[in-house]
Amino acid sequence: MFPYLRLGPFILPMAGLALLAGLWSGLSFTEREAARLKIIEPALSNVIFYSLLAGLVGARVGYALEFPALYSSNPLSLLSLTPTTLSPGMGLAVGFIAFAIFVQRKAMPIRPTLDAIAPGLAVFMVFVGLAHILSGDAYGAPTKVPWAIRLWNEYRYPSQFYETFIALTIFLIIRERFPKPEGAGLNFLLTVALSSASRVLLESFRGDSVFWPGGFREAQIIALIIMAISFYWMRKWMSLDAVSTAE
Amino acid sequence: MTESNLSSRKKRWEILMLMSLITGILWTVASRVPSAVGAPLSSLPSPREGFPAPDFTLDTLDGSRIKLSDLRGKVVVVNFWATWCLPCREETPALEKSYEQYKDSGVVILGVNLTSEDSLNDVKAFVQEFSLTYPILLDRDGNVSNYLYQIKGLPTTFFINREGIIRTVLVGGPMSETFIRSKIEALLQEFP
Repeated sequence: MFPYLRLGPFILPMAGLALLAGLWSGLSFTEREAARLKIIEPALSNVIFYSLLAGLVGARVGYALEFPALYSSNPLSLLSLTPTTLSPGMGLAVGFIAFAIFVQRKAMPIRPTLDAIAPGLAVFMVFVGLAHILSGDAYGAPTKVPWAIRLWNEYRYPSQFYETFIALTIFLIIRERFPKPEGAGLNFLLTVALSSASRVLLESFRGDSVFWPGGFREAQIIALIIMAISFYWMRKWMSLDAVSTAE
Repeated sequence: MTESNLSSRKKRWEILMLMSLITGILWTVASRVPSAVGAPLSSLPSPREGFPAPDFTLDTLDGSRIKLSDLRGKVVVVNFWATWCLPCREETPALEKSYEQYKDSGVVILGVNLTSEDSLNDVKAFVQEFSLTYPILLDRDGNVSNYLYQIKGLPTTFFINREGIIRTVLVGGPMSETFIRSKIEALLQEFP
């Protein structure tokens, strides 16, 4: 683990740098895929950029809404650079809504646009794994397996390495022409479904899970729901394609 | 591709999707940990979020001693600092203000000075300059900061809940008063 790099008076969080690199790689893969699918690249880049910005603003406002009295008396704190004052759930929701609105306003074809994002999203997940390796976050549960790593005073599953390896495998499946369901939008849904499936599998090795009554892990339940939604839309879009081919 | 080909491919994918979903559900049920509900994530102390805060006992500037575990039941903010650290200097007024505001609500702020890399006279002057009222602890041999809390840069601040579990770690600064208060408020709401 290598969480921080000290450069004189500055402390650089390495995980943050890995995520930035992931964002850059994701965008460049998205641009290449957009060109291959003949989608107007600048339009897609703008949509992604503004959606990310909206997500960031949403995440900060979401956090501020948890403490309305504090932030209304000092609204300038909304501009603080501290990443621990962000609400990830709200950020994701606002980012998604913004993306949907921008795509609609620019009259972009939804399913090919989602496909253009698929390899970018898959490569970004690889960098999320690398960020976890660097920071030591998303750590494994204590174990006695021979390949356990010593982290945070205990021998643990190397969950960050599992995560990175599986994300890399998913990226290769998405990027390369493995047998996949054919049709616009299906590559994106497959990326989401595979990423959710990997979370269902890997969460069992994590030591930082949030548990629900009955001992269920929160992340597994949410990932299962996302997986089911992805499959539902895959089935629906495959049916639509079958109908249009028959016609 | 013919219609029957498409239909059989679709069927194959549907079976695969259904099987993946059923496997996922079975795996989720099989990997349940009923004993983990409400239990701390880890029992071994470590200086990171979700872990019990490593215990320490240090002398204060006014000659008394403070043991972290004696403060169990209170929200504790442990701020590692040094007089030569500029962001530490900048965030000190916000820490003092927050302490004055929350000290009667069961909140303790501990300023752990890296005395092994500082001078006691400078520490005293610093405390006077900012009229600090929260306890200043002296880490004379650097054991607490270097080994127990593995401090990589200054300032570093740990927000610890009433059960002694670290909830937020912030490396770097300066922290704003809003940030400090939002973290304290969240911890006070956790176990009212």
